[in-house]
Amino acid sequence: MTSDVTRLSAAEQAKLFASGEVSSVELVTAHLDRIEAVEPQLNAFIHVSAEVALEQARQVDAQRAQGEISSPLAGVPIAVKDIVVTKDVVTTAASKILEGWVPPYDATIVEKIKAAGLPILGKTNLDEFAMGSSTEHSAYGNTANPWDLERIPGGSGGGSAAAVAAFEAPLAIGTDTGGSIRQPAAVTGSVGVKPTYGGVSRYGLIAMASSLDQAGPVTRTVLDSALLHEIIGGYDPHDSTSINEPLPSLVAAAQQGATGDLTGVRIGVVRELSGEGYQVGVSKSFEESLDLLRAAGAEITEVSCPHFPSALSAYYLIMPSEASSNLAKFDGMRFGLRVEPEDGPVTAERVMSATRGAGFGDEVKRRIILGTYALSAGYYDAYYGSAQKVRTLIQRDFTAAFENVDVLVSPTAPTTAFKFGEKLDDPLAMYLNDVATIPANLAGVPGISLPSGLSDDGLPVGFQILAPAKADDRLYRVGAALEKALENKWGGPLLSQAPELEVK
Amino acid sequence: MAAAPVDLVDFDEAIAKYDPVLGIEVHVELGTRTKMFCAAGVSFGAEPNSETTPVSLGLPGSLPVVNGEAVEYAIRIGLALNCKIAETCRFARKNYFYPDVPKNYQISQYDEPIAYDGYLDVELEDGTVYRVEIERAHMEEDAGKNTHVGGDGGRIHGAAYSLVDYNRAGIPLVEIVTRPITGVGERAPEVARAYVQTLRDIFRALDVSEARMERGNVRADVNLSLRPTPESPLGTRTETKNVNSFRSIEKAVRFEVSRQAAILDAGGTVIQETRHFHEDTGETSSGRVKSDAEDYRYFPEPDLAPVSPSREWVEEIRATLPELPAARRRRLQADWGYSDLEMRDVINADAIDLIETTIAAGTSAAGARKWWMGELARTAKEQDVAIADLAITPVQVAELQQLVDDGKINDKLARQVLAGVLAGEGGPAQVVQDRGLEVVSDDGPLLAAIDEALAAQPDIADKIRGGNLGPVGAIIGAVMKATRGQADAGRVRELVLERVNGS
Repeated sequence: MTSDVTRLSAAEQAKLFASGEVSSVELVTAHLDRIEAVEPQLNAFIHVSAEVALEQARQVDAQRAQGEISSPLAGVPIAVKDIVVTKDVVTTAASKILEGWVPPYDATIVEKIKAAGLPILGKTNLDEFAMGSSTEHSAYGNTANPWDLERIPGGSGGGSAAAVAAFEAPLAIGTDTGGSIRQPAAVTGSVGVKPTYGGVSRYGLIAMASSLDQAGPVTRTVLDSALLHEIIGGYDPHDSTSINEPLPSLVAAAQQGATGDLTGVRIGVVRELSGEGYQVGVSKSFEESLDLLRAAGAEITEVSCPHFPSALSAYYLIMPSEASSNLAKFDGMRFGLRVEPEDGPVTAERVMSATRGAGFGDEVKRRIILGTYALSAGYYDAYYGSAQKVRTLIQRDFTAAFENVDVLVSPTAPTTAFKFGEKLDDPLAMYLNDVATIPANLAGVPGISLPSGLSDDGLPVGFQILAPAKADDRLYRVGAALEKALENKWGGPLLSQAPELEVK
Repeated sequence: MAAAPVDLVDFDEAIAKYDPVLGIEVHVELGTRTKMFCAAGVSFGAEPNSETTPVSLGLPGSLPVVNGEAVEYAIRIGLALNCKIAETCRFARKNYFYPDVPKNYQISQYDEPIAYDGYLDVELEDGTVYRVEIERAHMEEDAGKNTHVGGDGGRIHGAAYSLVDYNRAGIPLVEIVTRPITGVGERAPEVARAYVQTLRDIFRALDVSEARMERGNVRADVNLSLRPTPESPLGTRTETKNVNSFRSIEKAVRFEVSRQAAILDAGGTVIQETRHFHEDTGETSSGRVKSDAEDYRYFPEPDLAPVSPSREWVEEIRATLPELPAARRRRLQADWGYSDLEMRDVINADAIDLIETTIAAGTSAAGARKWWMGELARTAKEQDVAIADLAITPVQVAELQQLVDDGKINDKLARQVLAGVLAGEGGPAQVVQDRGLEVVSDDGPLLAAIDEALAAQPDIADKIRGGNLGPVGAIIGAVMKATRGQADAGRVRELVLERVNGS
């Protein structure tokens, strides 16, 4: 049994646990074995917390023995992106500057995960401070794409996506500031959801851009995302930007979608998120999915969001501006790395400077410099101010579009996974990978990416669905319907087509 | 630390040539139960770094949440300063690197203060009233506290290392900024002092802060510039930071007037800079030069939703504002029937609360004033202590007056009783008993003394018997002497007449 459970979805694993057919310790052990077997090739984790996970599993098993099942995913292990703070477990944000930092508190979502009885397997790799689209900016090495070990797993949450796609974990937590959940999901053939801004607490997420960051599920099925989303979502008094309203019922929406019927659902194809720059195989896969949705009864129209082409520029002003301020606290004074200047006096200012110089990687420094410049006196209006206006225009584009359609759709990313190093020296080319995912962050609306098939290069393509703020349930309904139609066509999940990894 | 010698012009001479313009920024630490953005406590003098949370330490991942009580206090202050209260306002980040600022940015308010466009009427000791225009009152968080160890007298320069205590980091502050205060001339130092003092009294009346200057609950930054005439454009100002006593505020203003006048007299230009005030010398010295290089990169705080106090809430707060000090003084003066001069003396002696409590304990307004502004004010001055710090309570003063009113003691004895109370001998009744000061009201001993006096002066007795009441005083005097002043003179007189007339 233990050799097979890792191939099951989280919902299936939870069912076995709840019925007593498998213990949480067995589930955790199976995944730890898998991690041990494939990590040398993947490097999806920065830190594996085997003992912590087993201890949590033992507690969950003990609870079950007393008849307590704390949530629909109880007993099922999970991996957490290493930008989410975990009490007593090292949290690095993939940066040298936080090497060895052990937080004294849990993020709200980690508290919720623990309370729901999900043992935490470890902390997954990412681009340093979630800045990047390839996980190549991690201070702890590259993570490989399970579909092709020469290629990137997307970013910034490449570790979470690779771990899930490679069956190291059935569930993972990601964070999405400009696409860091959805784009990795797309290029690894997994499912990733960026909830409505404010739908999931940010307390305990190491902030990159506070007005854009949002944590969400990374899974292999739409239903699993809905289950996890319901566990981590909801109001948190520790986060003033969290929404003080009950979540819509997401699992029910996924179950409704899985019936395959989308009669009466109006789907808008975003004209601006197609065409030039989109790989042929990506566009082809996207069109095939539209056909399936139409066949399921959905009404498909083309919608224009005229300001989307400016989204990337606005994003690369707002995000670095906020990041430059959020990352100021990493200064060697209170926690993490501390570097003293090699010569000259050891003053606080010089220690801060030496620490930041040594602790931050190039991409982080690039964004801090960009943001510091954009916020400086005399430039604020031209850069940060203008970017905020563009942001408002993009929000209006969404509002107008959602007057006529229930959801918007596009390819998640313009290309499939590229090779390591291919875009590392060309930041602009790297940034372009997020062109389709960024508008949702700027507007605070929710989005999902699910696999829509393979491109002509044999690599996974992601299909993105966007819904109005607080209507996350629509993502699950449409997503589950498409997933069902695709799996019927393929005769099983896309990931079963992935090459087997060499097991040590 | 030896400051470079500074040229100074005599204050009066400087004022004769230049028109001073003041601007005052006052920070008040609010007395909320918890910090501005987290649930850490705020107790004074706690073990260093014990009053902290991940938020007030600026740990990665932590997020601020606005303290509603602090917002209410800020609105109270705004209303008391006749300000408009914003319908919606945002917090902003003020970015700068310094170890006592845990996030390396301070959460403050920038272009959207919670309160704006107000004024405060400030009364000087002679009763002159100046209206100070308030530009804004905004909310922000305090920084931690650096302690520099080793080196010269706790200064950072030459220190071996520095310690940071984050207990203060995140304590709610309200910063109140005036518009330029003009037209004050030679009274600039007094106005500056009275303004801060008036604010301090208001903070206490509003119960938003203990407002103790010596603990740094109230901190003032004094901006000052000079210009040739009141019609001239504003001159270059200096900002003297953290002037932390009322006396120092006056001194700092006087010093800056004298210093800037000397620079202008010599044809120089005043440098726009931050200056530090030195309590010991009463001088200011140059700190940071303010320049364009100081760019705080303000932007709206994305971790916080805007604060939008409903109009109903604001009106509810306005309706429940306590009586402010100026209104209270006017009311009490009318109630007590004091003249303007008498009232001003009471205020200047800081005796208003004492007198109010004494009256509440049953003493007449005149009686309370007689004691506090007479014997007790004199004693306080002799002992060089604040009148409130004398070893006597208003209730004891009321008891003392009650003893006089009941005829148990007379005014002369009362002064001795007062001396006994101040000397720590107990309450008035106790002192009267222990010192045996009660008026002799038992007729027995009095009659004995009268008989003795009459016997000693038979001619006087005859005169009285003959209808001449003039010499009664001599007998009374003798009796008072014999009873060491403890006899009630009126009763003695009655008894003498009874005795002589053989009734």
